[in-house]
Amino acid sequence: MQGAEVALEGVGLAYGAFWAVRGIDLTVRPGEFFSLLGPSGCGKTTILRLVSGFVEPTEGVIRIDGRDVRGVGPAARPTALVFQNLALFPLMRVWENVAFGLEVRGVAKAERRRRAEELLELVALPGFAEKRVDELSGGQRQRVAIARALAVEPKVLLLDEPLSALDLKLRQHMRAELKAIQRRTGVTFLYITHDQGEAFTMSDRVAVMSQGRIEQVGTPAEIYDAPATAFVASFVGESNPLPGRVRESAGGLARIDTALGPLRARDPRGLAPGSAAILVVRPERCRLDGAGEGDGPADRLARAEDAPVNRIEGRLARIDFEGAFANLVVASPAGPALKVQVANDGRLSRLEAGAPVTVRFPAEAALALPEGPLARE
Amino acid sequence: MSELWRRFGRLGGGLVLATALLWALLLIVLPQLLMVELSFRPNLPAAARGGPEDVLSLANYAALWANPLHRAIFWQTIWSSLLVTLLALLVCYPVAFHLAQEARGTRALLLATALVIPFWVNEILRTFSWFLILARNGLVNRLLLGLGVIEEPLALGGVGAVMIGMVYAYVLFMIFPLYNALESLDRNQIEAARDLGASTWRIHWRVVIPHAKPGIAVGCVMTFMLAAGTFAVPQIMQSLPGGTNARWFTQIIYSYFFDGGDWNRGSAYAFALLLLCIVFVMATMRLFRVGLRDIAK
Amino acid sequence: MSARGLLRLFTALYLALFFAYLFLPLVFMVAAAFNASRFPTMLPWEGFTLQWFWGFDARGRPTGLFQDARMAAALWNSILIGAGVILLSVPLGLAGALLLTSLQSRLKGFLYAVLVSPILTPGVILGISTLIFWQRAFEVGGGLFLAVVGQSTFIASYCMLLFMARLERFDRTLEEAALDLGASHLQMVRRILLPFLRPAILSAALIAFLQSFENYNTTLFVIGAEDTLTINIATRVRLGLTPAVNAIGVLFIAATVLAAIGWAVLRRREVAVRRERPVPARAQRLAPAAG
Ligand SMILES: Nc1ncnc2c1ncn2[C@@H]1O[C@H](COP(=O)(O)OP(=O)(O)O)[C@@H](O)[C@H]1O
Ligand SMILES: [Mg+2]
Repeated sequence: MQGAEVALEGVGLAYGAFWAVRGIDLTVRPGEFFSLLGPSGCGKTTILRLVSGFVEPTEGVIRIDGRDVRGVGPAARPTALVFQNLALFPLMRVWENVAFGLEVRGVAKAERRRRAEELLELVALPGFAEKRVDELSGGQRQRVAIARALAVEPKVLLLDEPLSALDLKLRQHMRAELKAIQRRTGVTFLYITHDQGEAFTMSDRVAVMSQGRIEQVGTPAEIYDAPATAFVASFVGESNPLPGRVRESAGGLARIDTALGPLRARDPRGLAPGSAAILVVRPERCRLDGAGEGDGPADRLARAEDAPVNRIEGRLARIDFEGAFANLVVASPAGPALKVQVANDGRLSRLEAGAPVTVRFPAEAALALPEGPLARE
Repeated sequence: MSELWRRFGRLGGGLVLATALLWALLLIVLPQLLMVELSFRPNLPAAARGGPEDVLSLANYAALWANPLHRAIFWQTIWSSLLVTLLALLVCYPVAFHLAQEARGTRALLLATALVIPFWVNEILRTFSWFLILARNGLVNRLLLGLGVIEEPLALGGVGAVMIGMVYAYVLFMIFPLYNALESLDRNQIEAARDLGASTWRIHWRVVIPHAKPGIAVGCVMTFMLAAGTFAVPQIMQSLPGGTNARWFTQIIYSYFFDGGDWNRGSAYAFALLLLCIVFVMATMRLFRVGLRDIAK
Repeated sequence: MSARGLLRLFTALYLALFFAYLFLPLVFMVAAAFNASRFPTMLPWEGFTLQWFWGFDARGRPTGLFQDARMAAALWNSILIGAGVILLSVPLGLAGALLLTSLQSRLKGFLYAVLVSPILTPGVILGISTLIFWQRAFEVGGGLFLAVVGQSTFIASYCMLLFMARLERFDRTLEEAALDLGASHLQMVRRILLPFLRPAILSAALIAFLQSFENYNTTLFVIGAEDTLTINIATRVRLGLTPAVNAIGVLFIAATVLAAIGWAVLRRREVAVRRERPVPARAQRLAPAAG
């Protein structure tokens, strides 16, 4: 099997006056594991339905391996969809499910059976051919659905939150399985999820979506470390968004006036002075001066005089001990509370709720972004 | 509509659409429209149809209004049907409630099965079984004579006998909708109400009946429609001694079609009956605040 | 005795009365079928006989139901009409259900109202309008064909409701999955949709036949000079001929009781499997059509 390239060019779909998605420009490379990540209702399923051919775009063009697929129905596209609810045929046995795509193509029964057994092997379900669908566990159904989709030798496999019905442990196990299947088959995977852990662990690249638009496309590390918008920064991982106004910007660093005072942050875009901005900093990039502060080499470096460092005075309002680390909330009278994550270095017990502390983070750890909507908590 | 093409393709979708529309048009809408149209025209020989005399008028309806006998029979049909509906509701409610909420296991199954049996014995035979009871030589007269209560057989025919027959023939159309509605009531709600100190009456009035509204509406609509539109029951019960005065509106319609040969007048009468049923359905839906979806389940 | 105990006693009494009301008339009717009396009556009892099923009177004339050629002809007509109604109503109801489940919004509500309206229309009116339409528009008079058409008008609505109830539990993504895997629309319908609808199709066919078989009000207007079993029974009842009518009743009741017992046994097995309360919700679906 060989993966195909999927390209969406200015694609939009309207239901009446409501645009479920709009202005989608996206290229998924052949053989890539590509994820669409976004909150529920942002239009992820819509994109899958557009690519698989169940709906035609209201505007824009979809190409698969360079070919415009407008007017080509789902049956004729080289894609296969793994449905959110799996959609296994309840009245057929497992192998009949897997071989359905071959059956409708007129493949002889013996050959169908052989292919089905092969695919069941591939998804680690040998010997399940004769079982009924309702005898399977959630994880097993999952694999049958994938085998059924792979049976038609698609060039693109479209997966709609396929793990959402599984429990946590199984979900984590299936991540590795899915990734392995993708590597083994070389098929392009277009994977949908609202779970960033899934997207990050499996994907080569991720697109983050919000309200029918794509906010950012990049590798998991790019998305996490260099979010392009305030939405991405707040949707992916934990962060402290601090709204403010740009005072000056020079040499890739900006100074921003926030409710917590003037703070400095990386500014790769060179925001215009006077414009509204949001400064974001991850909790794990913050340090505490005062009680229980770290004294490793990194801490000493961060304290060095010449590195620009932000300092915020506050009071330790909450301590949530998680084991390997602790999540702290630092309240400051001037503005919003800050989330801080500190590693457990054996001295967490010195932290004391109510104690005055200083939150410190280097300008390089913070990012200045143009003002924009945030993800809802 | 695009959904239809997507599911079944142009050909299949077209076939589905065409079949359903043919049903709607050829079997339902056009026949009704033609009947209504006919009711506004005079009864003319085939040659004169479409001629100068063939004009639309309310004459056939005016005739119904002007004929005191027909008018009386129309009113009698209405109020007897209402009474039959009410009686059926009263008779069925306790049974449906017991079956849906109190009976369990095999017992509930047995009772439900027992209900199905008379259901499938057809309407005419069901009515006939009561005819046999009320006949001159019937069970009631035999018993009363045997006990020496009466000297001569009583003439038990009349509107009352027709109504007895109808309640008997149609109770089951009341009981199943009621049962279905009551069945979905969570038993805990009744327990909770009882726990809060509500009396049995109050529980029914405040908890059970409000829940059963759609079922009550369906049962009433069905029973009324059957009673107002019945032909078989009065036809059979009329053969009882003293039963000749119990004429039903449907019988007048029938005689216009097959005895009098005045289809136009018959259509007007039929449409009047249809309007009556529509009014009853609308009024019931309004009264019980239910929609057509609940009714046609 | 406590108030609740009293209530329970009252309920039991009421139920006993109700079921007596339901069954005693049928019992009398059955009994009369075996009474040697020339009139259909249970009293006075003149001795047990089977002559109303098969037998001869004093002058050697046949008295039994099974010897009646007209009855046999009527029965055959009923079967023919029933088969015709199945062939017409099931596809119509299926098309209606498939169409309605593919539609949205106001159009759906309107079409739904039109397609279920025959259920809420008195049977005589359906018969009359069918007769008028076919007579005036196509010059087709009353007879077997018109009986099939007239009955299907509302029986198709019942079939449609059955299909819609079943389709409500159908997962539409199964259709999409089949199409996505390369099935044609026809293959999808044959392999996915129809197998799912199979039980509903069978029960729709059964119910269509039974409803057709026992229909009177509609048939009366569209049957013309022909005879059906129900029409025949009604004629005999009206003329009060002989207890042969009761013999028909016995057969009807016997068939129904057998079917009901079969149904209950099946149902009980289902209950035992699923450990739920027996729900005769299907009993309603088994109900004969109104009208
Ligand atoms: N058939 C439809 N008609 C109207 N709106 C729809 C339809 N399908 C989806 N939508 C809307 O489009 C938006 C995107 O839906 P979807 O792609 O399913 O989101 P996601 O899969 O990201 O949760 C939602 O607001 C949803 O309500
Ligand atoms: Mg979705």
